[in-house]
Amino acid sequence: MMSLFQETYDVIVVGAGHAGSEAAAAAANMGCSTLLVTMNLQNIAQMSCNPAMGGIAKGQIVREIDALGGYSGIVSDTSAIQFKMLNKSKGPAMWSPRVQSDRMKFAEDWRLMLEQTPNLDFYQDMVSGLLVEGECVVGVKTSLGIDIKAKTVVLTNGTFLNGLIHIGDKNFGGGRAGERAAKGITEQLVDLGFDAGRMKTGTPPRVDGRSLDYSKMIVQPGDENPEKFSYSDITKPLTKQRDCHMSYTSAVVHDLLREGFDRSPMFNGRIKSTGPRYCPSIEDKINRFADKDRHQLFVEPEGWNTVEVYVNGFSTSLPEDVQFKALRSVAGFENVKFFRPGYAIEYDYFPPTQLKHTLETKLIDGLYFAGQINGTTGYEEAASQGLMAGINAALKVQEREAFVLNRSEAYIGVLIDDLITKGTEEPYRMFTSRAEYRTLLRQDNADLRLTPKSFDLGLASEKRLKRMEEKHSSAEDFVSFFKETSVKPEDINPILESKDSALVKQSDKMFKVFSRPNITIDDMRKLDVVEAYVQDHDLDSEVIEQAEIQVKYSGYIEKEKNNADKLNRLENIKIPENFDYSKITNMSFEAREKLNKIRPVTISQASRISGVSPSDVSVLLVYMGR
Amino acid sequence: MSHNDTIVALATPSGSGAIAVIRLSGPEAINIASGVFRSVSGKELYKQRTHTVHLGHIVDNEKVVDEALVTIFKNPNSYTGEDVIEVSCHGSVYIQQEIIQLMLRRGCRMANAGEFTLRAFLNGKLDLSQAEAVADLIASDNEASHQVAMQQMRGGFSSEIAKLREELLNFASLIELELDFSEEDVEFADRSQFKELVERIVFVLKRLIDSFAVGNVIKNGIPVAIVGEPNVGKSTLLNALLNEERAIVSDIAGTTRDTIEDEISIGGIGFRFFDTAGIRDTKDVVESIGIKKTFEKIEQAQVVIYLFDSTQYQEQSDKFKVELEKIKNKYPQKPLIILANKVDKIDAEQQAKMRAEIPEIQMLSAKTGEGVEDLTKNLLDLINTGALRNNETIVTNSRHYDALLKAFEEIQKVKYGLETGLSGDLLAIDIRQALYHFGEITGQVTNDELLGNIFANFCIGK
Repeated sequence: MMSLFQETYDVIVVGAGHAGSEAAAAAANMGCSTLLVTMNLQNIAQMSCNPAMGGIAKGQIVREIDALGGYSGIVSDTSAIQFKMLNKSKGPAMWSPRVQSDRMKFAEDWRLMLEQTPNLDFYQDMVSGLLVEGECVVGVKTSLGIDIKAKTVVLTNGTFLNGLIHIGDKNFGGGRAGERAAKGITEQLVDLGFDAGRMKTGTPPRVDGRSLDYSKMIVQPGDENPEKFSYSDITKPLTKQRDCHMSYTSAVVHDLLREGFDRSPMFNGRIKSTGPRYCPSIEDKINRFADKDRHQLFVEPEGWNTVEVYVNGFSTSLPEDVQFKALRSVAGFENVKFFRPGYAIEYDYFPPTQLKHTLETKLIDGLYFAGQINGTTGYEEAASQGLMAGINAALKVQEREAFVLNRSEAYIGVLIDDLITKGTEEPYRMFTSRAEYRTLLRQDNADLRLTPKSFDLGLASEKRLKRMEEKHSSAEDFVSFFKETSVKPEDINPILESKDSALVKQSDKMFKVFSRPNITIDDMRKLDVVEAYVQDHDLDSEVIEQAEIQVKYSGYIEKEKNNADKLNRLENIKIPENFDYSKITNMSFEAREKLNKIRPVTISQASRISGVSPSDVSVLLVYMGR
Repeated sequence: MSHNDTIVALATPSGSGAIAVIRLSGPEAINIASGVFRSVSGKELYKQRTHTVHLGHIVDNEKVVDEALVTIFKNPNSYTGEDVIEVSCHGSVYIQQEIIQLMLRRGCRMANAGEFTLRAFLNGKLDLSQAEAVADLIASDNEASHQVAMQQMRGGFSSEIAKLREELLNFASLIELELDFSEEDVEFADRSQFKELVERIVFVLKRLIDSFAVGNVIKNGIPVAIVGEPNVGKSTLLNALLNEERAIVSDIAGTTRDTIEDEISIGGIGFRFFDTAGIRDTKDVVESIGIKKTFEKIEQAQVVIYLFDSTQYQEQSDKFKVELEKIKNKYPQKPLIILANKVDKIDAEQQAKMRAEIPEIQMLSAKTGEGVEDLTKNLLDLINTGALRNNETIVTNSRHYDALLKAFEEIQKVKYGLETGLSGDLLAIDIRQALYHFGEITGQVTNDELLGNIFANFCIGK
């Protein structure tokens, strides 16, 4: 009998969501023979929840993925229908790009990009188990009974592992609305010694845009000058955009929702697992914040052409009739027609403390986990893990050194370190406040931080690297110009006066004036000599922005770099792999237990484990001979 | 240092007393005690429940050493977190020693200084500041110092710090809220609220930092230098204050060549007195070294007492005045007490003359004790012990002081940033630094804690 799969793949990726797609692309682009197995090839890179990419902290992650050579940034650009730079009124570390996406185009563009990726094969089937020999994974087996051999396997099962969908008092197995759940993998992994847990998330109803009265809502347009995610020149900023809208719930709506509470799986105990605190269902919001008489609803189009609309802020697992009745009381929704009701879903995950920094499991060699299987939520979080797991699987096959980003290098580093060090009790989402050094982890400098590393990995092209280097050297030249060029009081004072800034009495370097908090590049460009420099050097907006950030925030950036260096010193004190914590009797039992379980690689990582106190760290330092 | 063995030590002050407590801690504590204890009711000690008290006899083989009460604390519910036995026995030194020797023979090890506390700390029974307070308590030998240490051990210090930490946490949360959740429909704090909060934090921090000066003198004693000509009765004064003959007293001028230090508790505050040689001009090499030392001691002292012999006033008043000017010019900020000694030897007219010429003068006879009480009262008045009387938290630990100072610096930057309209992400850098330094006292504030605080107080999530 002729086998469908003759070869042993270098990497098999199970699941083709955001994590799986990035993992497959990365491994294949690094030269590994790669197979992407998914239950339905029509559903590659689905946006299961809201049709949007990026946002605060998440936008930075998309930029990092792009800088590392992943596809999410490019696809987000090609499928965008609206662009916003969030937090523009805050400092540059907070600027966060976000797009509304055309859901169908997003999935289509992903599939087309994957199809054009060399070394990548596709297969549609449900993976029902792993092939394991000793402590090594050697492939997967499918529901059709086919064994496919591989040197490494990346599991990206999303919400599909024993997925259970709840709508009111009804529930049924499923990985997503209209798709069946995956069985077998959890049970096998538990048999192999893995801990498994349950998580919950939810999604709002999708409605027919033709049934809405937008005149009763507030228009939410995109930015006047839209930017984009990808650092490459493959994509272009949007020239036209679609509006979103906003409406509010009311006391009447809340009362109608409350009527269904006794049939809510959240309140009657049917759902036992924890959902995210920052992404509560509407019933959770009115229950926990009872004094708030209204909540925002964002009405987001699902694409350029479709009439389907996503009701952001109305995530719910109440019975569909309750959802419907309540939503009809919202301004603009009086005649709403449902495409499909909101629902909650429970699914299996594996506490990520069972992973190494490479996302390889500690138990089974060659087996990697990425995305919601690790207890995270969000397309961006999933995609970045997929990328890192794909890269590390490829590096393992190629017998090269593992690729790990630390906390001062990337949000991706913060994400993975948090997961494997602290684990997570609720679906983990990135926030900028999770990063200790966020002024370093900006969306504008992700290329500077990560593209050189990606080039070394063999992912980013030389062209990308050159582009990044040129951009940053032009920005640095521009900064030097401000440092070296003086400005006379008669030239600068009128500008300072208009900004209510103290006047200068004698000539001084431009850098000094520019450093003032309320003086912007636009003010500086009112000086002929600055504008002339911009024109002569043909500086684009990216370079100008970069230079402005360098000038205005250099002090803070420097400060954070120093702090990061301090952290990295502890990062360099390695703990031997088989270190026996039980022999350290002068440490709390809790700390020893946690350390034994997590097995941190460095003292710095140990210090971040909850239950390990500063004095425990001091004790550890003593044992490490410091 | 090993912590697998069982340690023993006297838990009450050394010396004789009505009763004494001998404490054992470690895995063998109960077994060892059980082997030397014969309960009056015939119970075996090792079979008894935790937190029970038993009357019986401590026996060395068949010989009864003492009648004693034995209290059992089983781990982890004990002071050290290990198995602990406390033997309350009669307080004679002989009995104490007999029992401790017996325990040592049965396998205990003599505890090192502070080892019970160390074990309590390592077993998570005390936080660092509590453990340090216990160490201070053991070392405290005056009432005020004892009071501060007690307050700290009971968590007075920790609770004030915890309150401050919460204020900081709230502040940081409000800043993070507008950064991470700017798109949310929540009410953001305005800048005036921030300013109010930061003022409050500055106020509390400053009070705690200032209390260190008070705390430090309470802990270490207030240094007082006694300056004056040889043979004016410095040593006699010291003895009068100390009430015991410790300094060398003789009638030959210049006997006190070395500076002698002693501590005496006045009104519950520790004072450290330095008996010094005078500051007269001299050609004697040995004595000029003593004079140099005098100035060094004045430098270190918080209070200076200038003492002269009132019988010499008639002849040497100009010299006294010059020396007083010297001290006043050199140390204008130092409280100075001027004492005319040996007033029992001069008449009222003489005293009146001195008062007229040096208004701040105080009369004293170290020999008869006249004026000693006024002096002690005067000394107490000079020390700002307001904080102590008000029972406020006082910082005595230099590690805490250092951390508070650093946190204060960062908060000043935050305050400045607020005034100049700095954006939240940059304010947050200084706030985080402040929290970090604060965490050196209380344990670090984690990002999860910040986020938890936000989620608990604001409706987040579309």
